[in-house]
Amino acid sequence: MDILVCMKQVPDTETKIVINPEGTGIVTDGIKYVMNPYDEFAVEEALRIKEKSGGSVTIVCMGPQRATEAIRTGLAMGADKGVHLNDAAFEGSDSYATAKGLAAAIKPLSYDLILGGKQAVDEDNAQVYAALAEMLDIPHVSVVTNLDVADDGKSAVAQREVEGGAKEMIQISLPAFVACQKGLNEPRYASLPGIMKAKKKPIDVVDLAASGLSADEVGAQGARVKATKYSLPPEREAGKVLEGEPEEVAAQVVKLLREEAKII
Amino acid sequence: MPQGIWVICEQKEGKLKKVSLEMLSKAKEAGQEVTALLLGSGVEGLAQDLGQYGADKVLVFDAEVLKDYSTDAYTKVICDAVKEGDPSVLLGAATASGKDFLPRVAARLATGLASDCIDIKVEDGKLVATRPMYAGKCVVEAVIPDSSPQMASVRPNVLSVGDADASKSAEVIKKDVNVGDADLKAILKEIVKGASEKVDLTEATIIVSGGRAMKEADNFKILWDLADALGEGTTVGASRAAVDSGYATHDMQVGQTGKVVNPNLYFAFGISGAIQHLAGMRTSKVIVAVNKDPEAPIFQKADYGIVGDLFKVVPLLTEEVKKLKAQD
Repeated sequence: MDILVCMKQVPDTETKIVINPEGTGIVTDGIKYVMNPYDEFAVEEALRIKEKSGGSVTIVCMGPQRATEAIRTGLAMGADKGVHLNDAAFEGSDSYATAKGLAAAIKPLSYDLILGGKQAVDEDNAQVYAALAEMLDIPHVSVVTNLDVADDGKSAVAQREVEGGAKEMIQISLPAFVACQKGLNEPRYASLPGIMKAKKKPIDVVDLAASGLSADEVGAQGARVKATKYSLPPEREAGKVLEGEPEEVAAQVVKLLREEAKII
Repeated sequence: MPQGIWVICEQKEGKLKKVSLEMLSKAKEAGQEVTALLLGSGVEGLAQDLGQYGADKVLVFDAEVLKDYSTDAYTKVICDAVKEGDPSVLLGAATASGKDFLPRVAARLATGLASDCIDIKVEDGKLVATRPMYAGKCVVEAVIPDSSPQMASVRPNVLSVGDADASKSAEVIKKDVNVGDADLKAILKEIVKGASEKVDLTEATIIVSGGRAMKEADNFKILWDLADALGEGTTVGASRAAVDSGYATHDMQVGQTGKVVNPNLYFAFGISGAIQHLAGMRTSKVIVAVNKDPEAPIFQKADYGIVGDLFKVVPLLTEEVKKLKAQD
């Protein structure tokens, strides 16, 4: 099977977010960037399917030059090649414009399955997989915690997480986009030989011209949603620390929750 | 010209979700015509309830194919209706199903969707949506200036529900459902119920969470006991450390790589308060933390902190809550 993995490079989850003085974005200086954690599940799942039934794994990523590093991480884990949508024109894309760019890069490729994370942990839109599937006219399944691909590679059953720990078993014909959730697998670390090999694996760069799109379809111009003002949420103030014997403090907290906070 | 606010109202097993009423109450404030969309099988009886909470019109899509949630059926029905009715604003809930079909609807309509919003307002027909990013470490205001409908998904439990007005009634319009087999590409084969019948973390009003200090999976029982004592709307969550240690399942994880929650009350037992966890629960209205370590960062965010042994404190809290509930 030929599998594509849509991947995004995001700030490490340890990052403390600082807003720029104009309130138009975050301060990116000093941020450590990593592969989006949910995309790691997608890369891992793709590699497991390839190990079982052969084929290829291609990482598809939209991002600036620095994103090459995250693509190399995927290659070091075992993916075969990368496709990097890299052009200043793509900057400022929202979910819609990102999906548009990815769709343009993916259309000429041959693929049986597309995997990706259920959301990127930076902007938290959780939309690209569904928008991309729509643009490619293929089905999608979101928040997937188990995936069984049929032996013939023509269909799959995906287990989707819904409310209250319930699961839906969804049958799809392939190709389809499967958006991966934690619990699907345990992503591997890149091995040292893997890292060495990754340096020689090809990364095709797709710029605006190669995508066949026009500048007003992608980036900030093509974005449907515009973020106009960034701010930090109000800081929570530390409250009361209760002291005493466990019996006393337990009774005190319950009393406060009833009488002061009025929530139980 | 597009006009009016449409609200996709979710129901589950014939019961309206609270977030549907939250969205209607908010939509009503804009002073425009509010239309509710109700999808399901045998759901027409719920239409008048929507009227009492602010819907001027209710479009009812009642068909067997909509009995269980289906990405493709929901997307088709809603897109067809929008193309016909041309609303200016289209709202849906950021629930398991809403998060699944709303982005697909937005793509099919070639419009923008502000997802998982914590506030919305509509002024002169323009939507301004407030949404968290980086799991709530920052907040942005977003607009959709050049395409319609302007779409937003709204996080449950952040907007308040107005009082029902029994004198109000909505015009109920039954719509045809045109979904054929060719439209259905992802087919629901089976629903496997969760281990608990509890409310989902993202919709819970009270969450009882445990961290690494829970020490083993079996110890989560004391948290479930407290949750049971607190009653309906309460569920149990966990920190990433507890999930990665195998004490809790991943669907219970609260935080940047788990669920972002906003209950009225959040209990953090044996959770130190890593930045990723705090991001995921910081909008809880009241936070109670119990931790052995007086220096734990969680105490900086907690309204009520107890420095102590959670294994002593939790059962005592359960007893106190039971006593209180017995008096009610």
